[in-house]
Amino acid sequence: MALDKETVAHIATLARIRVAEAELELLANELSHILSWVEQLNEVDTTGVAPMASAAAASLPMRDDAVNDGGCREAILGNAPRVARGFFTVPKVVE
Amino acid sequence: MIEGRTGKWETVIGLEVHAQVISKAKLFSGAATGFGAKPNTQVSPVDAGFPGMLPVINRFCIEQAVKTGLGLAAEINLHSVFERKNYFYPDLPAGYQISQYLQPVVGHGRVSLDMPNGTVREIGITRLHLEQDAGKSLHDRHPSLTYVDLNRAGVALMEIVSEPDLRSGEEAGLYLRKLRSILRYLGTCDGNMEEGSLRCDANVSVRRPGAPLGTRCEIKNVNSIRYVMQAIEYEARRQIEVIEEGGTVEQQTRLFDAARGVTRPMRSKEEAHDYRYFPDPDLLPLVLDPDWVERIRADLPELPDARKARFMSEYGLSADDAGVLVAEKETALYFERVAQRRESKVAANWVMGDLFGALNRLGVGIHLSPVSAEQLGALIDLIADGTISGRLAKDVFAEMVASSADPAAIVEAKGLRQMTDSSAIEAAIDTVLASQAGRVAEYRAGRDKLYGFFVGQVMRATQGKANPALVNQLLKKKLAG
Repeated sequence: MALDKETVAHIATLARIRVAEAELELLANELSHILSWVEQLNEVDTTGVAPMASAAAASLPMRDDAVNDGGCREAILGNAPRVARGFFTVPKVVE
Repeated sequence: MIEGRTGKWETVIGLEVHAQVISKAKLFSGAATGFGAKPNTQVSPVDAGFPGMLPVINRFCIEQAVKTGLGLAAEINLHSVFERKNYFYPDLPAGYQISQYLQPVVGHGRVSLDMPNGTVREIGITRLHLEQDAGKSLHDRHPSLTYVDLNRAGVALMEIVSEPDLRSGEEAGLYLRKLRSILRYLGTCDGNMEEGSLRCDANVSVRRPGAPLGTRCEIKNVNSIRYVMQAIEYEARRQIEVIEEGGTVEQQTRLFDAARGVTRPMRSKEEAHDYRYFPDPDLLPLVLDPDWVERIRADLPELPDARKARFMSEYGLSADDAGVLVAEKETALYFERVAQRRESKVAANWVMGDLFGALNRLGVGIHLSPVSAEQLGALIDLIADGTISGRLAKDVFAEMVASSADPAAIVEAKGLRQMTDSSAIEAAIDTVLASQAGRVAEYRAGRDKLYGFFVGQVMRATQGKANPALVNQLLKKKLAG
């Protein structure tokens, strides 16, 4: 599958990555190569194999319903660029 | 059915309800879930999306989702998958929400609605899936900043999606009330819409009866049942107007403005709906043990429909009365405590009449009732054994509401014990008749209507304490001469 420049621009917008117009062609090429490399997997005959979300032969580890985390606001806010009165703050986003 | 300028229109509604799971800890972290804590004090590094943090699922949250699925008579999928729903918003720190998409934990189910005309409507449930809640953005604390509290981020939600089976705002209201009642009976969600533990998005479209589905609009995050009903009615009329004026309905997300009672388009989020779901590589598929599911099924509590049927057969209540009494779990429990070893119809009348009236005036739920079920039962016993008359019982009840005192104590303190001594009642009747000689003569001359007047006078003379049956019996005899 080959990606065109428009698709790359769209993906970049969704990922909030600023990509210069001049880079789009190059990125489209590189991403297309990665995709076609992965597409080699299509050569494997998977007839009769159910789609799987994981190849790991293990079951999902679970936890009991107990509170044993949180209560560490200083640490949580510690790396934030801006905080006020115990909140993270960001430029206003309003609907 | 709505009558437009050009004929009849049918409204088609499907609801997506987000129900916050009752659990101590979050879906994928050990942080607490309680409402109203100081901002960011119930946040683990997992919830804050810190690099390298791995989600570990809370077994109890899965149990709650399965239990809810069983309560909705739904298929439980023994194999389900968590996926990442990718979008950017300041209260979603990881840049994705862990949700379920192609393979939810619960499949098709149904909810039965008791319609006002006495029929039952079955509303299909499409699916129920587990997902994380986002944090909370506060836009009104600062002129140019949004404040973000992540306490809610990562709390387990059940998204319950209905089929497009609802046909009016009223039906949507019935559905939400019924769903909330089932969740509360199950103990899987507290159903508190004010605190946001139950939130509703409505998909609304209109069509000519029998025609294919029209283009739908989604109304987001309406926070009360009444508003959901209003928003749907408004939106349906808006769409009809658009079409009847020759326009076409544009598929869009709208917000309900409760102050003005209208819906308006959300500022369009370009490309916002491209969520690029994919299985979360941090989580293996969720595989349930069928025996575990069966154990949850075996432990299900009695649900509203079954309880209503039992109230009708066991207590001989009408469908309407039983429906009212089972709607809230607490009311049903209260009623059963009052009805124990007592006349059930009498118990039902007291609960739905005087008690509901008092609670309404006080503006409190039955769990905060100033009169306990045991106290109300004791009051009914005092009427049954003749200690007080039914009329005085109303006064005693008012006093119980005001003071939360036991009825027997009030009866003693106020001297309200019913007068059952026939000689005392006779004496009161004699006094009344002697002072009303003129009316007695009229009565005896054929003015039967005066009888009620004499009863009233006797009751007044005895401060309402005379046993009414004895008054009737003795008064008739005396008047007959």
